[in-house]
Amino acid sequence: MPKAAFPNKILPYLLLAPQVLVTLVFFYWPASQALYQSVLKEDAFGLKTEFVGLSNFSAILSNPNYLSSLQTTLIFSVSTALLAMAPALLLATAAEKVVRGKGFYRTLMIWPYAVAPAVAGLLWLFMFNPTMGTFAYMLRAYGVAWDPLLKGDQAMLLVVVAAAWKQISYNFLFFVAALQSIPRSLVEAAAIDGAGSTKRFWTIVFPLIAPTSFFLLVVNTVYAFFDTFGIIDAVTAGGPARATETLVYKVYIDGFVNLDLGGSAAQSVILMAIVIALTAIQFRYVERKVHYA
Amino acid sequence: MAAIELSEVRKVYAGGVEAVKGVSLTIPDGAFCVLVGPSGCGKSTLLRMVAGLESISGGTVRIGGRVVNDLEPASRDIAMVFQNYALYPHMTVRQNLEYGLKNRRTPKEEIARRVEEAARILEIGQYLDRRPGQLSGGQRQRVAMGRAIVREPAAFLFDEPLSNLDAKLRVTMRAEIRRLQRRLKTTSLYVTHDQLEAMTLADQLVVLNAGRIEQAGSPMAIYEKPASLFVATFIGSPAMNLVPLDGPGASPLATLAGPGKAKQTLGIRPEHMRLLEGGAGVRADEIVLDLSVSGVEVVGAESYVTGRLANSGPEIAVRVPGYSHLEPGASVKAAAPLGAFHRFDAESGRRLELA
Repeated sequence: MPKAAFPNKILPYLLLAPQVLVTLVFFYWPASQALYQSVLKEDAFGLKTEFVGLSNFSAILSNPNYLSSLQTTLIFSVSTALLAMAPALLLATAAEKVVRGKGFYRTLMIWPYAVAPAVAGLLWLFMFNPTMGTFAYMLRAYGVAWDPLLKGDQAMLLVVVAAAWKQISYNFLFFVAALQSIPRSLVEAAAIDGAGSTKRFWTIVFPLIAPTSFFLLVVNTVYAFFDTFGIIDAVTAGGPARATETLVYKVYIDGFVNLDLGGSAAQSVILMAIVIALTAIQFRYVERKVHYA
Repeated sequence: MAAIELSEVRKVYAGGVEAVKGVSLTIPDGAFCVLVGPSGCGKSTLLRMVAGLESISGGTVRIGGRVVNDLEPASRDIAMVFQNYALYPHMTVRQNLEYGLKNRRTPKEEIARRVEEAARILEIGQYLDRRPGQLSGGQRQRVAMGRAIVREPAAFLFDEPLSNLDAKLRVTMRAEIRRLQRRLKTTSLYVTHDQLEAMTLADQLVVLNAGRIEQAGSPMAIYEKPASLFVATFIGSPAMNLVPLDGPGASPLATLAGPGKAKQTLGIRPEHMRLLEGGAGVRADEIVLDLSVSGVEVVGAESYVTGRLANSGPEIAVRVPGYSHLEPGASVKAAAPLGAFHRFDAESGRRLELA
């Protein structure tokens, strides 16, 4: 590759500097702090610090609370990812059929993505709050014993729905783009080949958007793992009885509420390993993405 | 096996644009009909209406005597070859061929037999387990045709199937499509903008312009007797030379005017004229035109000399065998046989016959 000719030797480094600085300050520094803290034990007032090796990790991994939080996270993430993707795909296929006002319809669909997680959480909290929520009132009117403040499974359902709702717009955008990239003649050829619309969808359209679906599955799982703190904090604060305490939320509770900084740091290191693994998988598959041409 | 009959077929789009303005056409059973016209003339729309991919705003389409206006594409017993081939990229060639048959619940042995036969005819046997992405353009084209053949439909519809191929391959595939159609004797409707493709493939050639049929008939009939100025200039390459009789330089041709007072335009094809070089004589049935050479196009086996008629008149192209050494600016004389001229009404563009 020919080298781009910069007349000044320092200029290229100066141009790179802001990005490198941001990455250093906001990623490498906190990450290295977490790594450092994860091998230390500190008292709640920060007066005494002692090196403890990997004992924070062994403590976490043998703690039943941590393992149940891991299970909660898995259930939460998988349900959120699926619930965020299925309706998005349905809406995207519907958007293809809109004749008038396509742009308007799509714009409307994108709005929820602009809502901050905590606000989205509050929105759902208000709708389904057992004492003042409109929908909670309606549910009870229909004989559903609705009380997410006491019932763990209902609390989980509520945070899953709130977290998924916010993500539907994002997935919708990707699905719309994926659907648009399928040549119309393929679908027409299938119609001439005697496939009804349902069959066309499952045998032609769905396989062709599979790379996008896989990409979204990873992105949504990562989102549910790491970016749902605001929603969980606003809706359930991890309760009732840790029923919605995901790994990320537990890092916060243990570190900033229970002031076990070493344990919390060790948890975040484990999370870091998970996110690195997920990202690696994603890149591997995105690169291998079948090129249909 | 079926005839395709269109009667007064119209297409009006939601915005009020009329793309097809009443087309009536009968394609006899087993014939190869080519729709040709410039882009935007409605030829693809017409084809898609026959296929059922586009709704019909007016008139009727019959395939094998059955009105298909309200039938789904799948129920029309047609197969279509698309411009971009439209092969299913995630399926192997074999699966591509089988797809339509499986959807119709054809028995397994029958599917195997038809795929085998199509693969043999098109010589794609060794690619059956590959995906379309691993094939070259020509191979994909064959698979696309294979997908049409295995269905054994009443009619084949082709939507500019060769336009994505390079020039050389286009010529081979053109011959192959022709041979295949002769062999299978399946009624075919073929859309193209390439007049050469249209001329070489068609039993029945239909020239479309602005949503209407300009002329329909056998390729040679259209070539020899174009019904309008549009057809005259569209069919044949290089295009027919036109000389408006009231324009500059037309005076030597005035005697050729047909009966009637209407303004007339004369037309003559480049290959019907010859240059008077090296003392070649003029025959009695020829008329001599003075040209000032403006350009020479050497094709190889022949050259086309273009010159302005009487310095200020229209440009006239003359076919010359071999390599022409004429330089721009030179003056030459061209002889044109009187019988080779076509006469058109300059206003309506229609052909005028001499009594």
